[in-house]
Amino acid sequence: MPEDLQHDVLVVGAGLAGMRAAIAARAGGANTAIISKVHPVRSHSNAAQGGINAALLDRGDDWEDHAYDTIKGSDFLGDQDAIEVMCRQAGASLIDMEHMGVTFNRDDEGRLGTRAFGGQRRARTFFVGDFTGQALLHVMFEQLIKSGVQRYEEWFVTALIMEEGRAAGVAALDIRTGDLHVIRAKTVIFCTGGCGRLFEPSTNALIVTGDGMGLIYNAGGQLMDMEMVQYHPTTLAGSGVLISEAARGEGAYLRDKDGNRFMEKYAPNMMELASRDVVSRAEQTEINGGNGVDGCVYLDCTHLGEALILEKLSQIREIGIDLAGADMIREPIPIRPGMHYIMGGIKTDIEGRTNLEGVYAAGECANVSVHGGNRLGANSLLDTIVFGERAGNHAAELVRNVGFADFDVNMALARETRRIQEMLDRPENGDRWASIRKDMGDSMNRNVAVFRNEEGIQETLGDLHDLRRRYENVPVHNKGKTFNTDLVFALELGYMLDCADTIAVGALERKESRGAQFRVDYPQRNDEEWLHHIVLTRGEGGPEISELPVTITNWTPEERKY
Amino acid sequence: MDVTIRVKRQDPEAEDERRLPYWEEFPVTIADNATVLDALIQIREDNDGTLSLRCSCRSAICGSCAMRINGHAGLACKTIVNSVVQDGVITVEPAGVMPVMKDLVVNFDMFWEKIEAVDPYLKHMGREPEGEYIVSNDAMLHLSGVTACIMCGACVSDCTVLEVDPTFLGPAALAKAYRFTADPRDGDAEGVSMERLWALSEPTGIWDCTRCNECVQACPKGVAPMDRIMAIREQAIQAGYDNNNGARHTDAFTESVGHSGRLDELRLPIKSVGMMNLPALMDYMPVAFRAMRRGKMPPIMHKNVDNVEAVRRIFNRTQPEPAAPQVSNNSPFG
Repeated sequence: MPEDLQHDVLVVGAGLAGMRAAIAARAGGANTAIISKVHPVRSHSNAAQGGINAALLDRGDDWEDHAYDTIKGSDFLGDQDAIEVMCRQAGASLIDMEHMGVTFNRDDEGRLGTRAFGGQRRARTFFVGDFTGQALLHVMFEQLIKSGVQRYEEWFVTALIMEEGRAAGVAALDIRTGDLHVIRAKTVIFCTGGCGRLFEPSTNALIVTGDGMGLIYNAGGQLMDMEMVQYHPTTLAGSGVLISEAARGEGAYLRDKDGNRFMEKYAPNMMELASRDVVSRAEQTEINGGNGVDGCVYLDCTHLGEALILEKLSQIREIGIDLAGADMIREPIPIRPGMHYIMGGIKTDIEGRTNLEGVYAAGECANVSVHGGNRLGANSLLDTIVFGERAGNHAAELVRNVGFADFDVNMALARETRRIQEMLDRPENGDRWASIRKDMGDSMNRNVAVFRNEEGIQETLGDLHDLRRRYENVPVHNKGKTFNTDLVFALELGYMLDCADTIAVGALERKESRGAQFRVDYPQRNDEEWLHHIVLTRGEGGPEISELPVTITNWTPEERKY
Repeated sequence: MDVTIRVKRQDPEAEDERRLPYWEEFPVTIADNATVLDALIQIREDNDGTLSLRCSCRSAICGSCAMRINGHAGLACKTIVNSVVQDGVITVEPAGVMPVMKDLVVNFDMFWEKIEAVDPYLKHMGREPEGEYIVSNDAMLHLSGVTACIMCGACVSDCTVLEVDPTFLGPAALAKAYRFTADPRDGDAEGVSMERLWALSEPTGIWDCTRCNECVQACPKGVAPMDRIMAIREQAIQAGYDNNNGARHTDAFTESVGHSGRLDELRLPIKSVGMMNLPALMDYMPVAFRAMRRGKMPPIMHKNVDNVEAVRRIFNRTQPEPAAPQVSNNSPFG
């Protein structure tokens, strides 16, 4: 591998947002590279099942309706200027993806077909069966191949390098060889996804460890609304694997142990298709009240018919058969709310810029903020391609007029090498990363979940303090260089603990109930005191709190009912 | 349940015999309905941090954890321990064909080179429509059966051609190619991808598949790569690319069975390479002599089977089915 690696634009993370950003930056004339700890098609964008939202005007839909549904879904915490950008752009971005080759399901006339999704008053979710994310991700990878963007596959970023007060590059570990490198860059775009694995269980892939959030937080960046963690209403009993909202979009029911459709008590109009925070709370209330079975309620698809399930829900049917031994064509499957997505993340403006010069973020790791307190299903794929593209465009423009930051690459490399070597040289008797990670996941899922209260959050903050002490001595048993995942996991855990701190601190700070944050001790939404974003930056003794106003353009906050 | 996971390991950096493949056994206690991946993760987390494998989503969508389980390629996250355990043991090996980097991690470079070799992106000849392409839902559903491929490499692992001929494009890349040749949006106004079909008919392409069906068995997503390869063969012949060994072989095979009810083994290779292709025919001479010496030469006079009329009746009913659903009536192309 040639040293002196340098690129105008370096994208970290090769999911949908990352690849979209890289393709845009390359199209804008910038020397662009993309770096990812897994091959691009292994990215977690794969896991989006149900679809992608867009209001197509030629179908009589209106982007303002989509915007309103999104704002209401966000419990009025989303920034309305950003939501306007996303919803206006949605149609064009969707058609772009279709032109690239996505095999979207069609209607009888051969036009793009839609399905209903939660929290929206009309069907505007476009889909490929129940594997829309995978379909989009693979097509985006096809375009990446065509684009001429350089790829660093299976490289893991260990540090964001800032010099002269702006982005200078990253240090990264080539996982295959175990060699460390410094890559210089004029701009760095983080598209590293969420941090789901710091909850246990979670629908998220094992790679979703908050790397970008941790890297930026440690470099002085801002994280915002970290307390807003989405629990998805339908995750499979046991493994916690996702069962798409598409099931309910196609008409599936939620039932308690006696077969009652309990959603009529909580959302008489939208029923099973109320927004996710509402449905998850309803389920958890039923389960806590003794109306579930083994901590679960039932998702009933049996009335949908075999043909529809095989055409539109075949993948999740397979998952049910493989992992729960239940065929949804014939029987209801046991499900429960499970950690799924984080609305919070790296604070950016609508161009993807963070508070660090030359550093951008897009996708789940970023917080623009379009999801506010609760993300609508099928808005996440849209978020990635709209804001990935904008970040790439803006970065390509910026690099035309700036040079590389001046710094000593060898010194940066030596510094990072020492840090990693110190981890490898530790005595082997400390707790391994797996046990610390598991204890963190248990604590977060116990106290910073669907229902929260001060006592519980304080307990978790105490746990996190202890876990950090254990982490300082975490040993790496594998001393080898080739594909040393033991080392990668140990490094990831540092990012995860940083994210966990900010989530717990944010949840403790917000003394109201809004969107995904439900405080049993403060059960009402309180616009007078809490209609603002909570911003967290790294301080001496932990996260420091500040606040930013919510941008409100056309839609005045109102009571939220489904 | 208690089960022993027998893992084939290898560490290229080791200075002792662990540099070469060796077996290691790990006893684990795990739930009956746990997956093989759960067991491997448990080993990695609780027993041995040096065990290397790729895995991520745990739900058969990211394609990271293809490996050989009891000798056959599959996804560890989709394989339930209970369903594969034999006498308390499950054997786990790295995927085949691709070189091992460490333990269960193989080098995918050749896999991706083959994917890139088929120009894996939509190539539409005309002008793009303003809105979406108008195409039938059936055409898209058919394609989605192929785009369900997660590039896990299970088919490549168990491909019997790639095992001996690394130049073959292989099942994953050819299934990927079909995803375009069968797409009404790819190629010319009729949705025919002439350029692709020409390239795929060249050596290393569609005609190098031996139809062993291993890839169909191995695929965890029901993509059935071999069936896609056969479908491209049909598309290629229909597009006029029949002047090659593969297409002639197919014709000669069909003609022989249709005429005599059985295969004329003597004339099949001759017709495949072409009657006038003297160099290729000369290449067959040593084989012919050896066969003759051992009394295995097919008869010069090829005879019909008894009751050949019955075979012909069956044969006539097996007319080739039309290829994948193409452009619908209200397509902008047609």
